[in-house]
Amino acid sequence: MDRRESLKALVLGGVGSSLFLSSCVTDKKSPIAAGDIIEEREGYGRTPAEEERDEDLYSETFFSEEEMATISILSDIIIPEDEESVSATEAGVPEFIEFIVKDIPEHQIPMRGGLMWINRESNKRFEAAFNEISKENQMEIIDNMAYPRAFEENSPGPVFFRNIRNLVVTGYFTSEPGFKYLDYRGNTPNVWDGVPAHVLEKHGMKYDEDLLKVAMDPVTRNEVMDWNKYEV
Amino acid sequence: MSFQIKKQSTKYDVCIVGSGAGGGMAAKLLADAGFKIALLEAGPDFDPANKEQRTQLRWPWESPRRGASTTRPFGDFDMAYGGWELEGEPYTQNANTEFAWFRSRMLGGRTNHWGRISLRFGPLDFKRKDFDGKGDNWPIVYEDVKPYYDKVDKLIGVFGTKENIPNEPDGFFLPPPKPRLHELYIKKGANKAGVPMIPSRLSILTKPVNKERGACFFCNQCSRSCMAYADFSSSSVLVKPAVKTGNVDLYVNAMVREVLTNGEGEATGVSYIDKDDLRDYEIKAKVVILAASACSSARILLNSKSAQHPNGLANSSGVVGKYLHDSTGSSRMGFIPQLVDRERYNEDGVGGMHLYTPWWLNDSKDLGFTRGYHIEYWGGMSMPAYGFGFNTQALKEITGDTSRNAYGTGLKKDVKKFYGATFGMAGRGESIPRKENYCEIDSNTVDKYGIPVLKFNYSWSDEEVKQARHMQDTFEEVMHNMGAVPLGDKPGKEKNYGLENPGKIIHEVGTTRMGKDPKSSVVNEFNQAHDVPNLFVMDGGPFVSQADKNPTWTILALAWRATDYLTEQLKKGNL
Ligand SMILES: Cc1cc2nc3c(=O)[nH]c(=O)nc-3n(C[C@H](O)[C@H](O)[C@H](O)COP(=O)(O)OP(=O)(O)OC[C@H]3O[C@@H](n4cnc5c(N)ncnc54)[C@H](O)[C@@H]3O)c2cc1C
Ligand code: SF4
Repeated sequence: MDRRESLKALVLGGVGSSLFLSSCVTDKKSPIAAGDIIEEREGYGRTPAEEERDEDLYSETFFSEEEMATISILSDIIIPEDEESVSATEAGVPEFIEFIVKDIPEHQIPMRGGLMWINRESNKRFEAAFNEISKENQMEIIDNMAYPRAFEENSPGPVFFRNIRNLVVTGYFTSEPGFKYLDYRGNTPNVWDGVPAHVLEKHGMKYDEDLLKVAMDPVTRNEVMDWNKYEV
Repeated sequence: MSFQIKKQSTKYDVCIVGSGAGGGMAAKLLADAGFKIALLEAGPDFDPANKEQRTQLRWPWESPRRGASTTRPFGDFDMAYGGWELEGEPYTQNANTEFAWFRSRMLGGRTNHWGRISLRFGPLDFKRKDFDGKGDNWPIVYEDVKPYYDKVDKLIGVFGTKENIPNEPDGFFLPPPKPRLHELYIKKGANKAGVPMIPSRLSILTKPVNKERGACFFCNQCSRSCMAYADFSSSSVLVKPAVKTGNVDLYVNAMVREVLTNGEGEATGVSYIDKDDLRDYEIKAKVVILAASACSSARILLNSKSAQHPNGLANSSGVVGKYLHDSTGSSRMGFIPQLVDRERYNEDGVGGMHLYTPWWLNDSKDLGFTRGYHIEYWGGMSMPAYGFGFNTQALKEITGDTSRNAYGTGLKKDVKKFYGATFGMAGRGESIPRKENYCEIDSNTVDKYGIPVLKFNYSWSDEEVKQARHMQDTFEEVMHNMGAVPLGDKPGKEKNYGLENPGKIIHEVGTTRMGKDPKSSVVNEFNQAHDVPNLFVMDGGPFVSQADKNPTWTILALAWRATDYLTEQLKKGNL
């Protein structure tokens, strides 16, 4: 398999494979050696141009290791593990953020600048980078960003916090564990026969009698429509 | 590489340019009638069931950007190859114009991802000038088109209910799906505010209409195009069976440059660029049908210049490209407190709203504007994608919740709690077609194939702005009456009441309008060019006015009507 082909296979694998890519293939010179395990998965319906674009994005790295470490800490503070569900890092949120800033470059400066800001703040207050200070001290900085005083609402820390929170939340709730936590039930073939009766009742709603007479009937819905009996 | 133009030796009966709604319809009917057809499409082949192309039933995490709209304007899973911009195929604007032109380059064109809202025009919609003195009447009446709407309903399938509303003609309807919960809430508020809400009319098979297409399995994803062919896409529903007859040669990646003519003012075929080898080819045919979408067909005509047609083909009137008009649009989002922390169930339903509001004020004379709009709705427990959960804090503030949930388990719970409680309304209205709104050839700019591109000139008038103001007032009134909270600020005068830029609603029509008088129209009532009898235009170009209905069902009905006429003419040997 040549490199391009194998990369394609990886790219098509989506988020999971990005982990593999960022650790092994970001160095453009290193080819994938024979014997490397490459998981081939179905793509997600890309055109050739889109596929190539994904491939290019995967081959670049934006955040440094330190930055990724900070992103991971922040992600898990924003969405921690609890009894019901896993944490943001376990749901792959940092990898999603690494991808999305390459995909939507408008995120790059605010993210990088925000991470710089956090380190400066940490150095100022605790004389060490954010990743190195105690959990307690980290939380002090976070709380200042997350619950700013009114006059600070639009200063760099709070603005950055709102930005990264958006990315963490969206990354989490569009992941498989996020769907499980949200208890999302759709995206699967089914027969829609209206709002469940007990839910209707709970909301004090009722279906219109006239509509019920003509509404889609789950029993006959697969029979080809017969217009002979139809009057306009 | 040699630049010799390749000429096909076959002469086709009919050459059709574009495989969207109009082109697909013509191809299907003419192939069934036994004519030899060349169908040219600028984009690639497409089949929603092809697993390399399929996006239906995929999960957001299958996309590394979680479905964000970076490469496809309506998100990764939307089935449009193209968008507001196409690489290497620009369009330009006159000063003060911000026209947005949406192009889909693929078999089936924009019918792969369209909203499937399939409304007939009503009797009033063909004769608006009679009532308000503005614009022009169509040269035909509802009764002329009715039999074709009936046929389209039966061939393609549309669900709905018989309502007996004068300007919203009933048709042959498949059974409608029952409304979703948020739709029942909206309906309650709307009815209190005197705004009707009825089952929507979408071309989705709640029951099959033949054995080739399956029934809808309620995934809410028609915009991804249905692998069971249970929604209407020209590619799966019309082109596929047309090709099956053996009478259609399908040319994909074939970008038509111009219509070819002989010395006698007749069309002889088209010239196109094969996007794979970038060479020029010619196709000969007895009849040419343009159905490349309203603006693309106008572009082809304007680029088909010759000594005999110095203004472009079929343009002795000078109105090709003129009277371009799109629907108006303005929208608002809201929040339904009663839906906070709602019980989970699969609420997908069909790929679109189950209820909508048809225009209800045809009899009002004092609105300050004379054309109507309908209202579309969205909401419910739809599938999260990129952007989901942004700004959860705002909802929390609305509910008066002051808990410190800026992060942590509390935030996580908040996102879960507010899921499915937001909704939106969007007005889609009729604008008044004006000669001053047009597209023309920009002689200074070519696309990557060397074809001169379109330049747009378009502005809204006071009519459309006032209509948008009325939409915004209605939205607030309905929300107020249903106990919902409008989100964001109400767009005021400085924002034109949220009126979208022209083109944004993607109902652009009118560029080759029909009429009785060859001096003020491009085609006759059968979509046949006044100047060139063997040339037809079967997309939205021939519209005299775009009603407050979406255009596609009428494009299909008129294409059928025109094709019947064309078939007759061919059989009589008149063409
Ligand atoms: C998001 C969205 C939602 C919509 N929702 C609705 C709705 O609910 N109801 C409704 O009625 N309408 C809706 N529409 C509009 C609807 O899609 C169009 O009205 C309809 O598709 C127009 O059909 P058409 O035949 O004119 O052209 P298109 O469907 O645009 O097809 C034209 C085809 O011609 C091809 N072509 C263009 N130029 C050339 C060339 N030079 N050579 C060869 N081929 C060429 C294109 O590649 C394309 O495949 C929606 C549109 C969008 C984008
Ligand atoms: S909602 Fe129905 S018709 Fe639309 S894509 Fe899903 S299954 Fe097909």
